[in-house]
Formats: sequence, structure tokens, C-alpha cells
Amino acid sequence: MNSFQMASALRIEGLVKRFGDLTAVAGISLQLTTGECLGMLGPNGAGKSTLIRCITGRVIPDAGGVSVFDTPADSASARRSLGWVPQELALYSRLTCRENLETFGKYHGLGRADLKAAVVWCLEWAALTDRADDTVSSLSGGMKRRLNMAAGLIHRPKVILMDEPTVGVDPQARNRIFEMIESLRGEGISIIYTTHYMEEAERLCDRIAIIDHGKIIAEGTKDELVRNAFEGRSEVLARFERVDDAVVAWVEARGGHVDNGLAHFSVERATDIAGLLDAAARSGHDLADVSLRKPNLESVFLHWTGRELRE
Amino acid sequence: MIVPIVRTGLMALRRDRGALAMSFILPVAFFSIFAVIFGGRREVTPRVNVIVVDEEQSQASQTLVQGLSSESLNVFGRPASRGGVEQPEYTAAGAEAAVKSGVAPVALVIPKGFGVEHPQVEMFKDSSDMVAPQLVMGLLQKVAMTAVLKAIGQRMGGAMPIAVEARDVVGEKKNNPMVSFYAAAIGVMFLLFSASAAGGSLLDEAESGTLDRVLSSRVTMGMLLAGKLCFCALLAFAQLFIMFVWAWVVFKVDLPSHLAGFVVMGLSTAFAVAAFGMLLASTCRTRAQLGPVSTLVVLMMSSIGGSMFPRFLMPEAMQKAGLLTINAWAIDGFTKVFWRDEPVSHLWPQVAVLIGAGLVLFVIARRLARRWEFS
Repeated sequence: MNSFQMASALRIEGLVKRFGDLTAVAGISLQLTTGECLGMLGPNGAGKSTLIRCITGRVIPDAGGVSVFDTPADSASARRSLGWVPQELALYSRLTCRENLETFGKYHGLGRADLKAAVVWCLEWAALTDRADDTVSSLSGGMKRRLNMAAGLIHRPKVILMDEPTVGVDPQARNRIFEMIESLRGEGISIIYTTHYMEEAERLCDRIAIIDHGKIIAEGTKDELVRNAFEGRSEVLARFERVDDAVVAWVEARGGHVDNGLAHFSVERATDIAGLLDAAARSGHDLADVSLRKPNLESVFLHWTGRELRE
Repeated sequence: MIVPIVRTGLMALRRDRGALAMSFILPVAFFSIFAVIFGGRREVTPRVNVIVVDEEQSQASQTLVQGLSSESLNVFGRPASRGGVEQPEYTAAGAEAAVKSGVAPVALVIPKGFGVEHPQVEMFKDSSDMVAPQLVMGLLQKVAMTAVLKAIGQRMGGAMPIAVEARDVVGEKKNNPMVSFYAAAIGVMFLLFSASAAGGSLLDEAESGTLDRVLSSRVTMGMLLAGKLCFCALLAFAQLFIMFVWAWVVFKVDLPSHLAGFVVMGLSTAFAVAAFGMLLASTCRTRAQLGPVSTLVVLMMSSIGGSMFPRFLMPEAMQKAGLLTINAWAIDGFTKVFWRDEPVSHLWPQVAVLIGAGLVLFVIARRLARRWEFS
């Protein structure tokens, strides 16, 4: 049974979206299984938000389709199952936390009793019970982010799309948000989580899809991604005294590449570093600093795209 | 140091189309409107409609009518023909009714026996028009001093040659003739401003991303616009209500006995201005753009439509142009209610136009709002 035959919470097949000459999403296919957290890791402009907006129905794709629990994403049942936490603080700033949640709950068609229970749950989940009757404009940045997330969950969806929910949040508030997401995972909710922070993807996600220029360039668990990119090799970072065309050509001749003045190589054994140092010295390229690094998601992204994740 | 500051200001202004419009287009547009209202006239006095009922039918009375007709007045003795059939001449009662219904601001009745002893005419006037009765009075004496006295062969010494028994047939029992007019005129103008501001919440929501979140729920764009239209209409009606309650309490405008007419006109006007607010919001791209655009459009509509200057004092072409505005129809309707004491059934033209305009504006707004639905 391949991945598309497994029971899926969300299925995306051959999704394409163009804006004029720009292809924001270039044929993405994905599956999110029940209870899974899939990280979409990519730099700004990679197409993550457009993909999320296609899933929510806010952007009409040029090709491909999305289904939620095997029903089209634009159906009423899919809408009930989908929750969306947009990147922007999409809240009514003059309303209180409670009023915001009640408003969005009513927009989702919740009845009086369900709405009351959902508001209580959301306020507790977001740790905003004691600020329930404060207006949004009086909240701190982290609190607004938490309320923004809670508003996306007011109708208790089974699949949640989180579009960079920690943008502009300090580390302490970010940890609080991680705890909130982990509690959702404990309830078996399926999550798509977009970010350009690899630490977030590593901590929260079962699987990670690396997206760049509207395409998924690698997909798997963190270990699978590293293994596929480096095949058990380690990464050597070398800083030269001077980086010129000759140094770049020398690095590339040895299978490496230069990024932001730093040369990246991959080696099978740590002892291979000695050979690299020797070759550099014989070529007259002075090295200022050499270090060995176990490959991470940043290395994987760099390996596949030749660019830093946060460029 | 000064030059870079000036240059920065000029660059910022050049890129702010709203500010540019406010700086250059609005003053020119406003100047043009008022130039047309006040400066476009070739005559010293406006051509005022006057109904003349000649009960006497003598040489003297006919000379008086001919004299008045040769002045800058639009003198007529019978209603406009209907379906090509000429209507009978006005009687004194018919002329009084015509003034009450706004056909003309003044009617003169030349009674039987005119010119035998002391020439006397009866004048019915609409006191909401403060210019026309005075003008007619002056021209009447002028004609009497020249043509009529010659015809009837009398001299009146220093007294006025023709005695005029003037009577306000519209607003004679009103405490303050123009208050109800201005309550409607100013009220409608501010309704337009507040409706455009309330409609702007749509742009706020689009800019903050809240609109996307709302539209990803069960709410459709049609529902959202309809909800906002209802909110704007309720707000507008509440504003009108407060305005007229204030006019009743402070300026003695008789609101209680005109409540039905007020509600009908208030709801029609509120619906039309709310739809106007929706249209403006869905036309503009940003909230920053909405501010100057709404100021420009509302002030122009208000000046042409009679919120700043009564339409009956404008040239005829401007009066007709005013009919393209919500202001004119709303003010006409409120004037019928509070000034002419007309029954609710007489409000149908104004109500039909306001509701029709509101529906058309809303349909256009709905079509323009499609840009927010999907991308």
C-alpha cells in the first residue's frame, strides 16, 4: 500500500497555482494522515502560504485538487473539518478575546451550547481565561498570537493548517505556543505546520516537506531527509582567509559549494578533513577555520537548493 | 537641509493619490459646482414659477398678468397638460393646493372687483422659499406702478399701489421654517460620510486578513456584504432618528405627528446610503484610498444634491443634476413629510428611487467584491 492508498486526513494532488508569470505552487502532491503533524519548511516566498490558502479555498488552484477526509475541500463537511490559523493576526482588535471567539464560532455555525463550551475550551487552551474580557488591542504580541490560533480552532476542526504561527513571537511565548500545539497532537488532531524555522519543524513535526520555488524538493522524517541528502556523511564547514573565484572553483571541484563566504563539503569520515586541509594548503588557499557538523535540516535545505533557509 | 525636506514631501505627495486628489481635484471640483450654481446665471434674478388666478378678467387684471409675464417670472394659469389634454385653469383653491404640493412657491389670486376701489390681490406662498415671495412682491408693485395704474387710471399717493394679502399656505404653523429642511439636508450628508466609514470596515478586514478567515468559515461574501449593509443602514437610521429627535426637542420640529413619514423616509434613505457605503468600500483598494475618495464624492453629491444650498435656489440644470444624488431625493422626501405635511402615500417617488438606487448600488458592490472572494 503506497502513501496515497493510506487513510488520509488531507490529500493534495498535483496542485498548481500561478499568479501571472509567477508559479507559486508548481505541482505539489502531499498526504497528511490522521493524527500526523507535517511540517512545511521553506524560506519566505517558497509557496507555503499559497499552498495553505489553496487548501482553505481562499485561492483557486489552476490545476490539481484537495480533499479532506476524502471529500472535496470546498464542500461543507470539509470546511467543518478544516481549521486555519493564518499568518496575519486576523482578529477584531476592538472586540474582547471572548467576543472574537464567539464571533468566529457563530460564523462557523456553532449552536449556543457548543459555542459556549468551545469558547471555554479555546480560552483555556490558549491560557487566556483570565484575559477573556480584555480587548485584543490590550494584549501582548504572544497573547494575540495565541488568540489567533484559538480562533482557528473554535469549531474544533480535525485538521488544522497553521501558517507560521510563531512569526514575531519572543522565545518564551514561542515555547508556550509549542506546548499548545503538542497538546493538540495529543488529541490526535492532524496538523500542517508551515515555518522557516528548522528547530520548530524538528520539534513539532512527524514528517517534514522541504518546499522551495513552489515545489517539494524533499520529504520524510528528519532522519530520512538527512540520510537521503548526506548518505551518512558529515558536513565540513571551512572558512577561507579570502574568498575569490579561484577558491570557489577549488571548492566546487571537490564537490562542495560556497555560501555566504563559507565553504560546505561532505565527508564520509572525520579523518577525511586532514586530506582537505592538505589539498587546500597545496593549492595556496589559506583556511581560517574548519569545523565538522552533523547535518541538520538547514544542511539538507542548503544541500538541495544551494541556499540558506533564511535567505 | 530645507531642500531635501521639501523634496521628500513632494515625493510622498506624488505617490499618495488620495492626498493629491484632496489637494487639487476637490478644490477645483467644488469651485466648479458653486461657480455653476452662483456664477452661471445670466439673469440678475432667478426665473420663479408663479401661478396666477385671474378671477376678475378685466382689462386691469389682464394688464397685470401680462405685465408679470413680461418680467423674469414663469407665470402660468393652469396645470401642465396631461397626455396632451389641456387642464382647466387654476381656481383659488387649486392654486393654494398647488403651492402646498410644491408646484410653485407663489400663487397670486386677482379677485373679482380688483381695481374698482382699492386694488388688492391675494398671495399664497411657501415660506420655505425665502426668495421667491419677496421677488414676486417686488415685481408685482413694479408692474402695478407702470402698466396697471395707467390702465385703471388711479393714483395711490405714497402707499403701495396694490395691496397684497399674503398668506403662508405651507409652514404657516411651523415654528422654524428651515429647521426640518436642514435636519434632513445635513443629516443625509453626514449619513453618507458615516456609511462610507462603516463600509470601510470591509477594507480593514481585508487588510488585516480577518476577511480571509471569515470567508473560510460558512460565511459567504454575499452574506457578509448583506450583514454589513444592514449594520450601515441601522446606524444611518439611528443617526437620522437622533438628529430629528434633537430637532424636535430643541427646535420644535413636529416629529411625533410625522412619525410614519419619518420612518418611511428614514429607512429608505438609510438603505440607500448604506448601499452607497458598500459601493465605495468595494471600489477602493485600501482604507487609505477610501478616505479621500469618499470625502470627494460625498461633498460633491451634497453640494449638487442640496445638502449645502437649497436646490430650489439653483439653476434649473443644476436642479436636474441634483436628481442624480441620494441627497436630493432624501431631502425632497423629508420636505414632503415635515414641510408640506403630505401623507405617506405621496412619498412613493422618493422611496422608489432611494430603494431602487440602493439595490443597484448594492448589486454593483457585490460584483466588485468578487475580487476578495478568490484569487
